[in-house]
Amino acid sequence: MASLDLLDFAAAIADGDIAVIDLTHTLAPDFPTIVMPPELGQCAPFRMEEISRYDERGPAWYWNNLSMGEHTGTHFDAPIHWMSGKDLPNNSVDTIPASAFIATACVIDISTESAANPDYELTVADIEAWETRHGRIPPRNWVLLRTDWSKRAGRDYVNMGDDGQHTPGPCPEAVRWLVKERDVHGFGTETIGTDAGQANHFNPPYPAHYYMHGHGRYGLQCLTNLDLLPPTGAVVFAAPLKIRKGSGSPLRVLALVPRS
Amino acid sequence: MTEPLKRPKRKDPLKKTREPLLPLKTRSRTALGLTAAAAEGRFALQVCANCGKVMYPPRDACPRCLSPRIPFQDVANGGALLAETTIRTSIDVYFRERMPWRVGVVKLDCGPSIVTHLHGDAREGERVKMEFKLDRSGQAVAIALPEKDTPNMADDPEWRELTCNPKFRRILVTDGRNAVGQAMAKALSDAQASIVFVGIADPWKPFPGEEALRKIGRVEIVPLDVTDSVSVDDIAGEIGGRVDIVINTAEHVRAGGIVERKGLTVAREEMDIRYFGLMRLAQAFGPMLRARGADGVNSAAAFVNLLSIHALMNLPAYGAFSATEAACLSASQSLRAELRPGGVKVVNMFFGPLETEWYQTMPPPKVTPAALANATVDALRRGLEDVFVGDIAEDIRARLAVNPKAVERELGS
Amino acid sequence: MADGFRKSYDGVAVAVPVTVPYRRYSINSAHWWIGRAVHEVVTRAGLTPSDIDGLSLSSFTVGPDTAIGLTQHLGLSPRWLDHIPLGGASGVVALRRAARAVQCGDADFIVCVAADTNHVDSFRNMLTTFSRFAQDAVYPYGSGGPNAGFALITRHYMNRYGATREDFGKICVAQRANSLHFPFALMKKPLSLEEYLSARPISDPIHLYDCVMPCAGAEAFLVCREDAARSLDLAAVHILGTIERHNAFPDDPIQFRGGWAMDIDELYAVAGITPEDVDFLQTYDDYPVICMMQIEDLGFCRKGEGAEFIRAHTLTADGSFPHNVSGGQLSVGQAGAAGGYLGLVEALRQLTGATLGAKVPEARVGLVSGFGMITYDRGLASGAVLLAEADR
Repeated sequence: MASLDLLDFAAAIADGDIAVIDLTHTLAPDFPTIVMPPELGQCAPFRMEEISRYDERGPAWYWNNLSMGEHTGTHFDAPIHWMSGKDLPNNSVDTIPASAFIATACVIDISTESAANPDYELTVADIEAWETRHGRIPPRNWVLLRTDWSKRAGRDYVNMGDDGQHTPGPCPEAVRWLVKERDVHGFGTETIGTDAGQANHFNPPYPAHYYMHGHGRYGLQCLTNLDLLPPTGAVVFAAPLKIRKGSGSPLRVLALVPRS
Repeated sequence: MTEPLKRPKRKDPLKKTREPLLPLKTRSRTALGLTAAAAEGRFALQVCANCGKVMYPPRDACPRCLSPRIPFQDVANGGALLAETTIRTSIDVYFRERMPWRVGVVKLDCGPSIVTHLHGDAREGERVKMEFKLDRSGQAVAIALPEKDTPNMADDPEWRELTCNPKFRRILVTDGRNAVGQAMAKALSDAQASIVFVGIADPWKPFPGEEALRKIGRVEIVPLDVTDSVSVDDIAGEIGGRVDIVINTAEHVRAGGIVERKGLTVAREEMDIRYFGLMRLAQAFGPMLRARGADGVNSAAAFVNLLSIHALMNLPAYGAFSATEAACLSASQSLRAELRPGGVKVVNMFFGPLETEWYQTMPPPKVTPAALANATVDALRRGLEDVFVGDIAEDIRARLAVNPKAVERELGS
Repeated sequence: MADGFRKSYDGVAVAVPVTVPYRRYSINSAHWWIGRAVHEVVTRAGLTPSDIDGLSLSSFTVGPDTAIGLTQHLGLSPRWLDHIPLGGASGVVALRRAARAVQCGDADFIVCVAADTNHVDSFRNMLTTFSRFAQDAVYPYGSGGPNAGFALITRHYMNRYGATREDFGKICVAQRANSLHFPFALMKKPLSLEEYLSARPISDPIHLYDCVMPCAGAEAFLVCREDAARSLDLAAVHILGTIERHNAFPDDPIQFRGGWAMDIDELYAVAGITPEDVDFLQTYDDYPVICMMQIEDLGFCRKGEGAEFIRAHTLTADGSFPHNVSGGQLSVGQAGAAGGYLGLVEALRQLTGATLGAKVPEARVGLVSGFGMITYDRGLASGAVLLAEADR
């Protein structure tokens, strides 16, 4: 039975009955990275160094060497990334079970609120209101926060003031509630960081990282095209690179949705 | 009377670009003592340690007492212009296309007669002041200037050929995000650069001084990230043919030694911004600079590096940074040789701590960004190659000349 | 100075003046030109090559060889050998050396030769390896040769002593007149003062006709004992006296006098004559200002009065002061080091009745002057020789 379903599934993708939505930004040097205070270590931006291009360095081939951080561009956060998850079992990208890389997703839309207030915080009330319309969030689902922030570019995307970034994210109670009450798989955002831009001032600071990773859950950041996903039912493929003791990696995030 | 320089017209795109030629570059080893003096803007001749005779041309025994102890020393540079001639034809290919060209013989107050280039306002029978300058081959030549400054002096063609005056030239300041880059943009605009391109990386990140930078006259902000090869190549492709002077203001200053500062990510950033950044700029802009070294009034003239004095001797409190600066210094020496066929100078500005945030804990005397910018403009105007800015840099340079090992110990204590 | 210690040149004969016809450019090597000159001397002297036991060579383009390389090249086995790299002073100095060697029996038959080829890049190549001071302190200043240096000397001399371009022009015009019947002269057309003055400027105040034309050529002569010359039936010339001085007056800020000024009284004293006894003067004429300096420093007038002297005399071979009577380098051409022999070889022709062009009437005593090697800002080498016809 399962094998027939899989073949049907593959045919449905090939025929376009299942649409494959790319939730990934192109890895390019100009994509913003998280900026730490200058005294601290920084995440490397994405860089390409051409090895050869059908030239005297390599006559018939073109290829590049890459450099980047684990948290550059569209990327996956593993529990080992945060202090609160450092001692959990199977907490790095190479030890997370492969089955964890495929999961369904709920998409919560706060794009209107975020447009009006870049520091908008997702609340428990917002989630409950969403559930009223779309049903209870099933266990082990990704919760993806649609803010349409991916439609911004450059300075507007980062929205850095002289007191830090101003981008939307979850309030501490919302994250705790999603973990405790809904057993979520992980949290995904369009912004740099699963947390709000001003989250270092929250209690606890960076609650999405703190609670998600502290409970062995995952993060996805710098997603795009969330506006093309249904509120429920998308199947997300998000498999990070298998890096030894890796805390995360840039990756290709794909969402499968029925074509209609 | 020097004719004021006319702002150059737009280049005729159908005309062949004049290729750079160089004057004779061979010199005896002893004569390179003049090259060392000219690089720093000093007027030095050999003075016999035994009998005091001042001699020229450079040689290996005193012509009065035959002593071999004849070191180079700074000497008084006044003299009288005895005779002048205007050369109208020459078999030398470099000078042939720069005719007419005045030379003369000056009797120096300190003794010798010196065959010399002449500034247009140096007149026969009058007093002059002499300088040694680096010509397009990177070797020292003498030029006689009028004793007192004259109007539009810097516009004299023989003088301009020996210097890298920013006036009417187009200049790229590679990083305008920091105070030095911003001060540099202002100083160059004041020095009548015809355009100052200012590179900004990570445009999504705001930076202090941005508003004032955008208001400076003739400044054009361009995207440029010296850590990104694609960015550097792209901007070089766009503006490279219109850049006459590159001033690399990209900086990365962090305290910490080789052992003491844990991990390599900061060191990699350091090397990427400073050393590989220099290499990217050299590869992207070097060939075009070299090709345009003789391209009229706004010919390609210089590539300027801003280097810590600790490139010359490591300061362990900033040990990793010093090593990176040393790498940049060595690279600049290669760059100097590689750009020379174009007659383009590589200028190294050396300085100690700056009055900027990353040197915050270092005690004064420190160099302000404005002082560094002004010293750079001055170095370009005077055609210098090795410039020491501020008391700390001068002090370390003087101590290195006496006993480098002592400096190593003293900086490391 | 005149301490009476200098020996005479009794018993020495100078003979067989040879010029190998000049060519503007030559694809032959300097060795070829040297061989032609030596061959001509040997033939005309009635000797064979094995008779030649002394060789003096001056050449800028014989590199990488020097005189020693020419011994094997030409098949000579001399017991006396000299290489004299003194440019325009080569002839006078070669004669001084060879005369003493023959006089004290170190050699019997010395061929003195100066020769240079001229390829299209010879001049440029020679300049860049001419001297260390020129490399370090002259060529970077643009002239690409000695013109600027001599322009400065000329300019200073004009400012200091009031000489005019017309004065220099008179020298050049007279030399051209002298050269018109000289078969080896490369300049064929007469030169007027008008043409001289209006010629193209090279390096102010030097104009086209102030400059020699580099070319290929060779000059040579034989030095032997008087009795040997007689037995070979060679017309010979005697040496009355010689002087030589290098790097004279080093503290003069710019050159306005040469080494002759230091020793000229001694020259006349040893020769036992005065300037009035000189029938013709052959100066080294790289530029007319140097001719004027030699006229002063060789005692024909006081320092600074050269222009006045020129104005008061006619300089053609038949004039009141015959000067550079075959035309000098300015009209014949400068075949490198052979330019330092040109005046001397012509003097030998005049004094042995073997003239080819203009003739100085009743020439009995000639003064030949050499000058050269402007390695920085002044000519370093100088010399002079008083020659007399043999039956004096």
